[in-house]
Order: sequence, then structure tokens, then C-alpha cells
Amino acid sequence: MPDSADLAAIRLTLELATVTTLLLLLFGTPLAWWLARTHSRWKRTVGALVALPLVLPPTVLGFYLLITMGPEGPIGRLTQALGLGLLPFTFPGLVLASFLYSLPFVVQPIQNAFETMGHRPLEVAATLRASPLDTFFTVAIPLARPGFLSAAILGFAHTVGEFGVVLMMGGNIPGVTRVVSVQIYSHVEAMEYSHAHWLSGGMVVFAFVVLLALQSQRPARRS
Amino acid sequence: MTIEARFSLSWPGFSLEVDLQCPGKGVTALFGRSGSGKTTLLRAIAGLERVEGGRLVVNGEVWQEQQLFLPTHRRPLGYVFQEASLFPHLSVRGNLEYGRRRVGGGDASHFEAIIALLGIEPLLERGTERLSGGERQRVAMARALLTRPRILLMDEPLAALDQERKNEILPYLEQLHAELSIPMLYVSHSPDEVARLADHLVVLEAGRVVGAGALTEMLARLDLPIRLGEEAGVVLEARVVQRDPQWHLAQVAFSGGTLWVRDKGLPVGHAVRVRILARDVSLALRCVTGTSIINTVSGVVTGLGEDTHPAHCLVGLDANGTPLVARITRRSAAALKLEPHRRVWAQIKGVALIT
Repeated sequence: MPDSADLAAIRLTLELATVTTLLLLLFGTPLAWWLARTHSRWKRTVGALVALPLVLPPTVLGFYLLITMGPEGPIGRLTQALGLGLLPFTFPGLVLASFLYSLPFVVQPIQNAFETMGHRPLEVAATLRASPLDTFFTVAIPLARPGFLSAAILGFAHTVGEFGVVLMMGGNIPGVTRVVSVQIYSHVEAMEYSHAHWLSGGMVVFAFVVLLALQSQRPARRS
Repeated sequence: MTIEARFSLSWPGFSLEVDLQCPGKGVTALFGRSGSGKTTLLRAIAGLERVEGGRLVVNGEVWQEQQLFLPTHRRPLGYVFQEASLFPHLSVRGNLEYGRRRVGGGDASHFEAIIALLGIEPLLERGTERLSGGERQRVAMARALLTRPRILLMDEPLAALDQERKNEILPYLEQLHAELSIPMLYVSHSPDEVARLADHLVVLEAGRVVGAGALTEMLARLDLPIRLGEEAGVVLEARVVQRDPQWHLAQVAFSGGTLWVRDKGLPVGHAVRVRILARDVSLALRCVTGTSIINTVSGVVTGLGEDTHPAHCLVGLDANGTPLVARITRRSAAALKLEPHRRVWAQIKGVALIT
């Protein structure tokens, strides 16, 4: 049976994934819109930067985040100047790291959805007197709904599954930064295999349900 | 009351050079082959294509001039796209309300009138994916009209439909033509649609206007029918004068005489539009009897023009003020010694009553 430390890790993981996903949808949507619509020469560069976490080892990302958010890093200096203290080994630090780590998983599905709808629906809305902002909320977002659903599911699931970045950035502080994946690692290190089984099995079920949910998205997209 | 449009743009492989004035009422057809720039011109008028340095004045309102560029959503226009672009996330009613709400709703009677005009009452609560192509296009037209536009722009609204669906929609378009007071710009490459709907015709070729004017005059111009190919012919405004129930024929009168056409049930006195294709008109120097042709009209040759094939030529006639065009072989033209001012009899094999 999972003990109280396990339950705390599960709660923390869900909290982290929820907060991160919400922030990703909030900031990822305008970014995806810009990437889908712009003819700027910076489009490729920004697109590549967003996709970087896809190919980078999580430890590398975590290492540089640790440096930049540390006392000598630019973000660290900024947060200290603002009186926020230092971010590494705190929950907000974990959120920021997860945000960057899961960014492509949220931006790309939304960007694809915006690109697939093309210009036509937006032009139609303009001929029906809708301003660009009005069009964005009443046409673009509703039409990109399948993209948003995929983005939310992938962003959430990917944040739940992260390990390397958390370990580098957040360490292993119970109730603060010890998420499920790190908890499993601790159990295994301590040879507590039955505990590890409970959590790992749960993760397998969770992953399966997520993929099933994504599959069920497909017929909806076809129509 | 005019629409003045001046646009010039150049893209790789395409340029548009247009300085156009068309009447601020009735249907003006922008006619041309694909790639002639008619859709680009319509998009420029709608503000969907931004042509720097262009100028556009619609019935006295400046929409574009020098630094001024009214964005599309501030232009009081209705636009019907080639493929009905209904919003899939909204029902038919939701689609109709989308534009209507943004111009302040308006009274219910206007809504009812537009719905009735396009016959879409039974579709209101449906989802858009359950409509046929023709139904979608009718909903798109109603949606555009519900914004109370001051000009209606239509980009080949029938092009994506099969003939059956076209025939389903054309009566509605004719109805719009008859009942709406706003001007319409209608992009088309179909001479048939132009003949049925247009009052004015603008012919575009390679981004340039090669002819513009009233439909009847334009169709009779011998330098333009070549662009209509097989479909060259004239359109006459006429009136039903009598009906012959025994043979199911109706007689219509125009300034140049009378014609028998198939009786479509229209009452005596009804104004009609009649189309006579050049290939259905043959010429004789005398009034010939003993033939199956029931329509013969006398007229004077006004000129001869080139046709698509060198074996043929087009002969322009003046039938007491009404222009007619006949397509005959050059050999016949030579044998009959056709030349301007010569009186001939036009034997008309086919007359289509189009409204």
C-alpha cells in the first residue's frame, strides 16, 4: 500500500502538472498563434528553441536552469532583486522548469491546429464584421479545440512523467519537490520494491489512459 | 452611385492593372478565365488582399485611398466564397447570428425575410455538416445578407457545385437580383450564369479589363464573344405577350419583333430575359418559309467579327435597335455577300427563356 509520503508525492505531482498545464495553455496559445501566422524571419529560430526540450537530455536543461536561477545566474539575480529569493529547490522553480520542459508538447499541437484551419475561416469572420481579436476567440480557438485537448493532455502527462529536470532543479525534498517519479527512484534505491510497484503500476495505468484519451481524439478531428 | 476601383499589383507570374467604374446598383459580373485576376480584384475590393496604392470608393464612401485602408471587418460588405465557408463549430442558426449580432442584431422581420428569400427555414437548427452543397451556399448567402451589407461580393458561388445544385440555387440568385436594392459583384467564368444574372459585364483578361458595359451591349460586341467561345450569344429583355396552350408555347416581344419560346407558365405581361446563342442563329437573304424554324427576325448587318475557329465568323445584326449575333461559316458570309447595312433574316433555332 502507498504510505503517506507516496500520497504526498502524488498530490504534489498532480498540483505541479495542473499549474504547469494551465500556464502552458495561457502562454503557449499566443506563441502558437504567432508561430502559425507570422512571416517573420525569426519564426524558424523561435520554433527550434521551443522544440529544443524534445531532443535535449533533461539533465542538460535542468543543469542550465540550475545555473541561471542560482545566486550568480541572471534569473537568480532578478528573483533576488524582486525579493522572491532563489527558485531552485522550490515549487515555483519546479513549475518554471516544467513549463520550459513541456513547452513543445503544448505549443506544437495548438500551432498545428491553427495552421490546418487556414486563413479562410478568419477571412469569413472578417467579412462578417468580426475584429481580429473577436475572430481569435470566437473562431480560431473553437476550431482549434482538438489541438487544445491534445496539448492539455500531452502537457499534463509529460509534466507528470518528468524526472531528470526535477532531480537537477528541485532535488528530492519531501512535500516540496519530491514528485512521483523521484519517489519511485528513492524507493528503489532503498530497496522498497513493493512501494515502487504501487507507484510504478499506477504510472503505467495513467500513461495508458492518457494514450487512450488521445486516440479517442482522432475520430473527432476527422469530422 | 458608382463603384470606383483602381488597383495595380504585380506578383511573380501575375499582375493586376485595373481602373474600373461600375454602377452602384444591379449585378455586375466580373467575367474571365481562371487566372484572369477576377477573384484577386474581388478580394482587393473586400480588403482581404491589401494592394498598396489602390483606391476604392463604394457609393461615395472611400474604403481605400493613399494611406487610408479600411480593414475588411469595418467595410459594410457581404462576401460569399466559392466553397461555402460555414463555421463548423456553429449550427446553421449560429452561423446566421454570427454576423447579424455584430451589426447590432436588427429586427426579426428582416431576419424572417432573408430566411424566406433563400428558403432555409427548415435548416435553421441543423449542424452545418448535414447540409448539401447547395444548402450550405444558400446559408452562406443569407449569413452575408444578414449583416445588411451595402454591397454583396460573390466569388463564383456556384463553381464548386454540380449542375443539379446549380439549378437549385440559380432561382434564389435571380430572386436576390430582383428583390435586393444593393449592388452585387459576381465573379464567374460561366457565360450561362452571367447571361442569367448580370446587368453589367466586366471582362478581365490577364489582370486587365478588356471590356466593361451593360450586358446586352457587351454580349453583342463582336470583339468580345470570342472570349465566350461556344457560348457566345446575346441576351434580350422581353415581355410575355401571349400563350398558346395547344402547343405549349409562349410568345415574347422585344423591340426587334416577337419570338416563340417554350411556355414556362409565366403570365402575359411578365418581364423575361431571353438568351440566343450565336450558334443557334443562321442567316438568309429572304424570309424563308417551309422550314421547321418558328422564329425569324429581320435585321441589318452591323459588322463581322472573328470567331474562335477560322472557319467561322460572327455577324452582328441590328434588329430594330436590339443587337443579335449569328455564328456562320466564312464561306456562307462570302456567298451571301454579307456586309454592313445589308438586310437579312435571322432564323433562330433555339431561344432560351432564362428568367
